[in-house]
Order: sequence, then C-alpha cells, then structure tokens
Amino acid sequence: MSISLNILADLQQIWQYQFMRNGIEAGTLTAIVAGVTGYFVVLRRSAFTAHAFSEIGFAGAAWAVLTGIPPLVGLLLGSNLGGLGIALLGRRATNRDTQIGIVLAFSLGLGLLFISLYSGYATQTYSILFGEILGVSYDQVLETLAASAAILVGMGLIYRPLLFSSLDEDVAEARGMPMLALGMAFMIIVAVAVSFAVQVTGVLLVFSLMVTPGATAQYLASRPSRAIVASVIIALIATWLGLFLSFYTPYPVSFYITAEAFGFYLFVRLVYVRFRWEKINSGSLLKPPQDRSG
Amino acid sequence: MQQPWASELMAKPIAGSVTVDAKSTLITAEDLSAGYEGRAIWSGASFSFGQGEFVAVLGPNGAGKTTLFRVLLGLQHPMSGSVSIFGAPPRRGNPHIGYVPQRHTIDIETNVECLELVRLGLSGTRWGFNPVAHSDRESAWKALEASGAAELAHRRLGALSGGELQRIFLAEALVSNPEMLLLDEPLSNLDIKRETELLHLVNGVVRSRGVTAMLIAHNINPLLPHLNKVMYVANGKVATGKPSEVLTSESLTRLYGVQVEVLRDPHGNVAIIGVEEHHGDIT
Repeated sequence: MSISLNILADLQQIWQYQFMRNGIEAGTLTAIVAGVTGYFVVLRRSAFTAHAFSEIGFAGAAWAVLTGIPPLVGLLLGSNLGGLGIALLGRRATNRDTQIGIVLAFSLGLGLLFISLYSGYATQTYSILFGEILGVSYDQVLETLAASAAILVGMGLIYRPLLFSSLDEDVAEARGMPMLALGMAFMIIVAVAVSFAVQVTGVLLVFSLMVTPGATAQYLASRPSRAIVASVIIALIATWLGLFLSFYTPYPVSFYITAEAFGFYLFVRLVYVRFRWEKINSGSLLKPPQDRSG
Repeated sequence: MQQPWASELMAKPIAGSVTVDAKSTLITAEDLSAGYEGRAIWSGASFSFGQGEFVAVLGPNGAGKTTLFRVLLGLQHPMSGSVSIFGAPPRRGNPHIGYVPQRHTIDIETNVECLELVRLGLSGTRWGFNPVAHSDRESAWKALEASGAAELAHRRLGALSGGELQRIFLAEALVSNPEMLLLDEPLSNLDIKRETELLHLVNGVVRSRGVTAMLIAHNINPLLPHLNKVMYVANGKVATGKPSEVLTSESLTRLYGVQVEVLRDPHGNVAIIGVEEHHGDIT
C-alpha cells in the first residue's frame, strides 16, 4: 500500500478493504450527527457536559467489557444516565460545572476499577479511550445508521424550539416551551451521539468531533442553518481525510481527526475571521460592547 | 433610521386583536397577592388596564415588580385573589404577550445574527423542521423595522451594544403581533440618549398598534410624557393610578407607611424624598 498522485486510484485501493469501507461509512454517519448536534452543544455552552457524557460512558463501557456485553451498550447506558441526571440537575449549564466535574471524576475512577478487574486484553480499553474506527464491523455500521437516523429525525423535530431556548431561555419559557423536556431530549440526543462518536475518536478525543467543528462553524456563518451545514462539512472532511491519511501512514486515525479539526479551528479563528468580521462588523470583533456593563 | 413605510406598517391594525375599542379592559386584578414559598411579597393589589395603555411599574429593588410580571405571564400562580388577562386566567405561553425579561443579555461569543432571534420569536415555538418556510422572515423584518433595528438584522447578537440589544429584544417581542408588552427594566444600562430613543420606540408601538405596555423602570422622569398609568410596588403593597394620583406625597406616604415627600420641578420632573431607594436612582 503506497500513496500515489492519482487520488482516484488511492481511493479505489482504500475501498477494496472491508474494514476501510466500514470505517468510512461509520465515520461519515458519525461526522454528520456530531456536526449537527455539536453546533447546539457549542451554542448552549454544553461542551463540558458533552465531554462528561463520554467519560461517564467510559465507566459504562469498562463495566460492559468486564461483564462481557458489547461496550457500546455500556457506553449508551452510562452516557444516557449521565444525560438524564444532568438535565434534571437544573437549567443553566454554567452553574453545573462543579457537579458535572465531580461526577466525571468519579466515573473515570469507576472505569479504572472495572479495567483493573478485567483480566483480558487491555486493547479493548485502549480502543474505548482513543477510538477504533477501523475495527468497526458491518453490523456496527448498521447500528450507527439506525442511531444516526433517529438522532437526525429527533433534531429535526425539536430544531426550532431548541434553537429558541438555546438563544433565549427566559423568553422561550415564557412563551410556553417545555424547557425541562427540551433539555432532556437534547441531552439524550447528545448522549447517543457521543456514544457513537466514541467509536471513531474514543472517549478522550470526542471533543474533536462533538465540539471543534461546531465551534469553528460558529465563526463561519451567523445563520444557524448555514452554520450547521458548515459544522457537518468540517466534521466530514476531518473524518475522511483522517481515514485517508492513516491508511497510508502508521499513525492513528484519531490523531489525524483531532489535528485536522484543530487546524480548521485555528485557521478560521486566526485567518478567516480577521478578514470577514472586520468588514461585516466594522471592527467590532474582539472589541467589548460599550454599554453592556452590569 | 426608520424606513418611511415603517410607520405605516406599525399603524396597520393587528390581525386577531380582540377589539379596537381603546377603552376595553385587558387586565383586571382583584385583591391579588403573590410571593414565594408561602410568603407574600405584596398583597391586596387591585388594578385594571385597558387596551393601548402605557403603564410604568416602579418601586424599590426586591419589591416584587418582576414577580408581578411572572404572575401575568403564567410563570407563577398568585397566592390569592383573582387576575384575568384577555378575559382568562394567565397561562404560560400566551401568544398575545410579548415579553422582554430583566437583565437580558447575550453571551458575546454568540455568533448568531439578530434576524434569526427575531424570527424565533415567531417560529421558535413550532415543532418540526421546515427549511423552506420564509413567512417568519418577512414578519421578522417588519418587527425589526418597527423597532428601528432593521440595520442590525445581519449583525451578530454578541456584538451588539446594550441599546441595540434592547431594540432587538423589542423586535423579538413584537414579531408575534402581541396585544400586550411586558418590558422588565429595558432602560437599565442605557445612557440618557439611548433611553429616550427606546422610550420613543415603545411609545410609538403602544400608540400606533394599540398595544398595552407595562414597563418596569427605576427612573420615572423620562417616562412621564408617555405614561397613562403608574403602578407603584413597595412595602408589600401596590398602588395604581394616573401618575398625578400615585406620585403624590399623600399616596406614597400611605403606601410606604412613612412620611414621603414628592417634589416637582418646573419641568414636571419628580423627585421622591424620604425613602431610601427613591426612583431617581439608576441602579
């Protein structure tokens, strides 16, 4: 296997391998879902929460490995329980950092205990922590497809109320939106999305698909529908390029995905934003608003 | 700043308004009391406001002004007494009420354009996803025009100043064509110029659309030229009436239970002496 200048030939070569096809399919689905949900994760300032899900999911996955059930089941169980708990804790994410951190630390410790109790190979643990997209089976691709479809339908249903409540919680509440139910629905969606993203990036690197594309997209477009499309495109490019590069090099996919997502983010913040916003907002970028004190 | 046709738009009668009779009553309250955890903040409030009235709600911090709004919005049940709004008990999600909450700010990191927030004031309560629906966009533009904020439509929410934000929030509240506006301290953090501008906007909306507006404020003086009624919340009680009736030494002394002096200067400005937190303060 060596890379040639003929991209098409390279892609054909990659496509010959079942594990690469599975990886590309699962990665594509995950990137779309992560791009969409990630936009809202960033908009609602829930990045820390999303990360907590993956670590609570880690405890669940480690427990699953120990008891011999599929790690994904443990992941889903852990992250969903975490999601419901956090949604019930209260409305404002900013006030919940401490509680989330406390639960997160405990979960990681619990995960460690399960791993140390497990006498089998440690590779499974390693893949939960850092992702193993190339180990995805065709059945797992189908599972990912089903979950992705469910998430996208769910997001479509709550899209406008979720956007409204994310931007303007108080008014949305006064207008009669069911805030707790919306928050819970979103948390469950994120929990499921995180669980599947973990297959690609691993527990520790889940930020690169769940947060970085969404955060980058917010700088690219100020209309949410466009920003979501941008977020999905960034997640897709990062995933595809990561798979492509790792196929021809000895380095892990997760590394490439995180590096590319980070590269996008840096480029957009340091180069793109400077050119655009200075035009649009006549220099108001980074300048604090004048009369908003108090 | 405002398009010439904007005023015409604002003057257009509102679809679905109950009646055009300027005297029809929108809100009535009888012996109303409200509070938290079984303890009343204020009680014995009786008042009624008609369509198209501009009401200032005044009183010291913590007196329960926002609580009154929460009761009217159906976010909180009254402890006793009765209140009806549009002829029915308050209910959460009443589309006839436009609401701008207190200390309503937007994270400066929020890179979402203003037009989008105003649109959501109309379509944000609808479930499902319709990528081609653009009727709310048109309404949002009209509301932005009416709030004198059309030129802010494509600016990012996080980049706005306090005065600009308040105009966007006003547009967000107006976009669903409400018959009533509840504005919780929209003037705080605004300098005198912006304060006057916003008040003129609100007054324009009240007069041209026949909207009833209740506005919580700390400083009564800039409001006086526009007001129909004043509601003074203090000392666990509520006094309501015309500004000339409520803002008198006798009325406020009765409300506070201590000697209060109301002074007026030749321009009609009011100063209240004898209470710690008089509404000349801008907090």
